Amino acid sequence: METFLNRYRNLTVLLVALLAQLVLLAYQVRSHGDVRLIRVWAVTGVMPLARVLEGVRSNTFGFFREYFVLLDVRTENERLKKELGTLKMENQFLKTELATADRAQALAAFQSRSPSRTLAARIIGTGTGANSKVVFLDRGSNFGVGKGMAVVTPDGIVGKVIASYPTASQVILITDPSFAAGVISQKNRIHGTLKGQGHSICMIDYIQNEENVAVSEWFYTSGDDRVFPKGLPVGQVKISRQGKMFFKEVLLVPSGLQQGLEEVLIVLEGVHQDIPEVPQTQQPLHLLPAPPRDPASGEAHGVLSGNLSTDADQMLDRYKRIGETQGHTYGVAGPKPPNFNVTPEPPKPPRAEPAKP
Amino acid sequence: MISESGDLLLRRRQRKQYRFRPAALVLVSFAAILFQVYVPRFVEQLSYLELPLLVTVYFSLMRREPVAGVLIGSSIGLVQDSLSHNPLGMFGIVKTLVGYFAASVSQRFDVENMTIRFLLGFFFFFFHQFFYWVLASTLLGQQVGFDALQTLFFGLLNAAVAVPLFRVLDRL
Repeated sequence: METFLNRYRNLTVLLVALLAQLVLLAYQVRSHGDVRLIRVWAVTGVMPLARVLEGVRSNTFGFFREYFVLLDVRTENERLKKELGTLKMENQFLKTELATADRAQALAAFQSRSPSRTLAARIIGTGTGANSKVVFLDRGSNFGVGKGMAVVTPDGIVGKVIASYPTASQVILITDPSFAAGVISQKNRIHGTLKGQGHSICMIDYIQNEENVAVSEWFYTSGDDRVFPKGLPVGQVKISRQGKMFFKEVLLVPSGLQQGLEEVLIVLEGVHQDIPEVPQTQQPLHLLPAPPRDPASGEAHGVLSGNLSTDADQMLDRYKRIGETQGHTYGVAGPKPPNFNVTPEPPKPPRAEPAKP
Repeated sequence: MISESGDLLLRRRQRKQYRFRPAALVLVSFAAILFQVYVPRFVEQLSYLELPLLVTVYFSLMRREPVAGVLIGSSIGLVQDSLSHNPLGMFGIVKTLVGYFAASVSQRFDVENMTIRFLLGFFFFFFHQFFYWVLASTLLGQQVGFDALQTLFFGLLNAAVAVPLFRVLDRL
């Protein structure tokens, strides 16, 4: 026996290693359990380093800015070039800082007006595997984060916590193929199940072909899954068409992932809300003030007032001035009608008052 | 005569068996996993770069011992499993096989040749992805598609990265 094992030592080790892992796998699948200890070790070992890397990355812009500022230059041309580089870097740095501040402000505003109790967290890593849509957050069970909690942003839902470790927690994103959540449409209150597909577009399943779902319609969480509180935005319908079997084919663009993910909110205690009646507000549209009037164009057309814009208005104004010039009152019978062929004098611009000291 | 020269060649290759410091082995594996966890956050395309696999292939090839390949592969695979949302053992089993086969292959080929390294990097990436898909479909019942053309393309990319990466790791 010993000789046999020595002879096939490599193969024996391989079979033992494979068998052990198969047993481990079978145990987890059969008992729906987890070998938590190994995961805790791995996450505790890797995530602090990811957190350090994240800190280094966020401070890199500041470092480069200082570097360029302190750099000594000899010629004027070089100095100007360096200054330009510094300003560009600074500009980029400030833009990044501003974007971060905006995101933080949006999160804080959402956190304060949301009835649910939430905890802000930062994404510090992604899961392993090419198709994995899993991320790690820098808040774990030490902060009260537990398995099954919803993860959202002010724009929409992001995912749910699938494992919580002391220093970090693992979140499955709504784009993962194994993700599902209950959703409801805004207009007709049609219930469906949101499913990830492994890419940026999600699918809403189990909507009957007879139901009416319009493109651009918003979907919200229905609260049926007991994970996401009712009334959180999910996304807008991109494609809605008849399915091959009984259910419609509805594809949705998730709103929570559109702005990129850095900071999120973990819903510690969710409170259900009503589905809003008005459509989801988009980015506010910025409108410039009305342009100033061009006096030259006004004179050319004989326009006195900025309100006179149509041809009829201009003609009326012209006849009024002809009547005033020739002393004719319209509607009163006179000796002769006014001469409409003469060109009336243009109106005099108002005199500018002298500036007071 | 031919048999003697063959033996000499085999012995010469076996003499060139690399022995890595345990700290280097652990740190490089750790760095590869950290890369996979952190970098795709910013460049999503890099999630297809399987650095833990390439590191497994490299250490197994250069150690030329199937037992060492099994241990390296299963360890890296299990850590990868711990950071994924699948049950422990999926990456572990696949990388155990990769480590074993890479170490076995290294006894037959000149694994310091760049072309051989490129081909092995490509082959083991495809094998890894395909076998993982088979396991996920059969053992976990996951309905995940396998895009062979895309896998071939990413296999070429990974193999292209493997060649300079192995050169760097040679200096350890």
